Amino acid sequence: MRTGALIDCDVHNAVSSDAELQPYLSTRWRRHMELIGSRTFSPFTKGYAYPKAARFASRRDAWPPTGGLPGSDLEFMKEQLLDAYPVKHAVLNCLYRAPEQRHDAYGAALATAVNNWQVDQWLERDDRLRASITVPFEFPDLAAAEIDRATTCPGFVQVLLYPRTAAPLGRREYWPIYEAACRAGLPIGIHAASTTPGPITATGWPSYYIEDHTGLAVAFQAQVISLIFNGVFDRFPELRVVLLEGGFAWVPALAHRLDALHARLGEEVPDLRYPPSHYLRSHIRITTQPMEEPERPGDLVPLIREVGADLLMFSTDYPHWDFDNPHRAFRTRVPATLHRQIMHDNACATYRLAA
Amino acid sequence: MTGSNRHVVVAAADEIPPGGRKIVHIDGRSVGVFNLGDRYVALRNTCPHEGAPLCEGALSGALTSPRPGEYHYERRGEILRCPWHQWEFDLRTGRSWVDPERLRVRSYSVTCENDHVVLHL
Repeated sequence: MRTGALIDCDVHNAVSSDAELQPYLSTRWRRHMELIGSRTFSPFTKGYAYPKAARFASRRDAWPPTGGLPGSDLEFMKEQLLDAYPVKHAVLNCLYRAPEQRHDAYGAALATAVNNWQVDQWLERDDRLRASITVPFEFPDLAAAEIDRATTCPGFVQVLLYPRTAAPLGRREYWPIYEAACRAGLPIGIHAASTTPGPITATGWPSYYIEDHTGLAVAFQAQVISLIFNGVFDRFPELRVVLLEGGFAWVPALAHRLDALHARLGEEVPDLRYPPSHYLRSHIRITTQPMEEPERPGDLVPLIREVGADLLMFSTDYPHWDFDNPHRAFRTRVPATLHRQIMHDNACATYRLAA
Repeated sequence: MTGSNRHVVVAAADEIPPGGRKIVHIDGRSVGVFNLGDRYVALRNTCPHEGAPLCEGALSGALTSPRPGEYHYERRGEILRCPWHQWEFDLRTGRSWVDPERLRVRSYSVTCENDHVVLHL
């Protein structure tokens, strides 16, 4: 179905080469980049553990004619996305590998560089763009400092984390990040990415990309469980967490399971103020891409109603290979009010965009 | 100008080499014309899934497996893979490789007349 004005909650702008970031680094870190370079938590410095279905995980038609990586050319992004669909705002989630650096201070310097590059090359060049703050999240004090620094620019609407962290995200060591996000009045976004320290499954490293990609939905659930039972939302009642690219069909099952077990085992976490599903419904927001595609397309609307009409926010994931076309992603008729909530209103509320 | 029997010259005979393709635009319709070596085929340049420019996708073969550990690579150059979600289509029939009964992309016949490649819309 055709869509009216939309907020695209997940678009990837790419740093085409390290040279692009050099002007945003001090001499000390430029030298580090030249002499030592990237050393990530993942065993692969350049590629990924899995083949990603398509080159650079991207649509084959998204390579800019001017050269450079998909998502690196704003003019081409306008042509394929911002002007091609009625995009009112797009939230950029840059996946440059700053947060994955083993060298803590280098990671922090890269994160600052990426954020300043985003302001110069993206936010100040198109009014429709908003962006997430890249932070070295495995070093939460450095991440919090970068949040405090970056929020002086009004174009940032979110703090970006990945779902496979060194420890579950509810744990105390990550709280400085949530404290800083609340100070800034920004939600935390957790975006699918496959290069941080841990495997995507609870049992170890899978063999194939197809397992890795399926496993994402499970990793997101593990983070939601951790955030709720470690009391993050009781300690930070203003905090909102956006799950990007982790699916949403699992929400009803998880909500039931959380509440059922809480009724039996709640003594272990007696300071939880509400039933766990309450936190899921009121603090968590979820982007739609990759859209769930039930065997019978008509089953999608009842599923969305059960997940919660105000939980879902539309996203395309441009320029990645599993891009959802705003006009074609719903393969069934969605009632107009619900459609508008998903395409527009829910994101405006979450990111405090003018409706 | 409309009708099901339009014949449109879309290329010179030597313009699309075996294994090659040409995407043409006719009255707002985008169509991919492919030279398979023994014949030409043409498919609508819109994926029935989410509307991607299907004919810009990679051409490959099909990997089939009769039993665990045994693989056959066949139909080299005859399987078109969508540039977005990697859905595969058989160039000779326009049908989905995975779900041929339920899913297909519109195909058109192509003939060679004199020194021209002619698309039948």
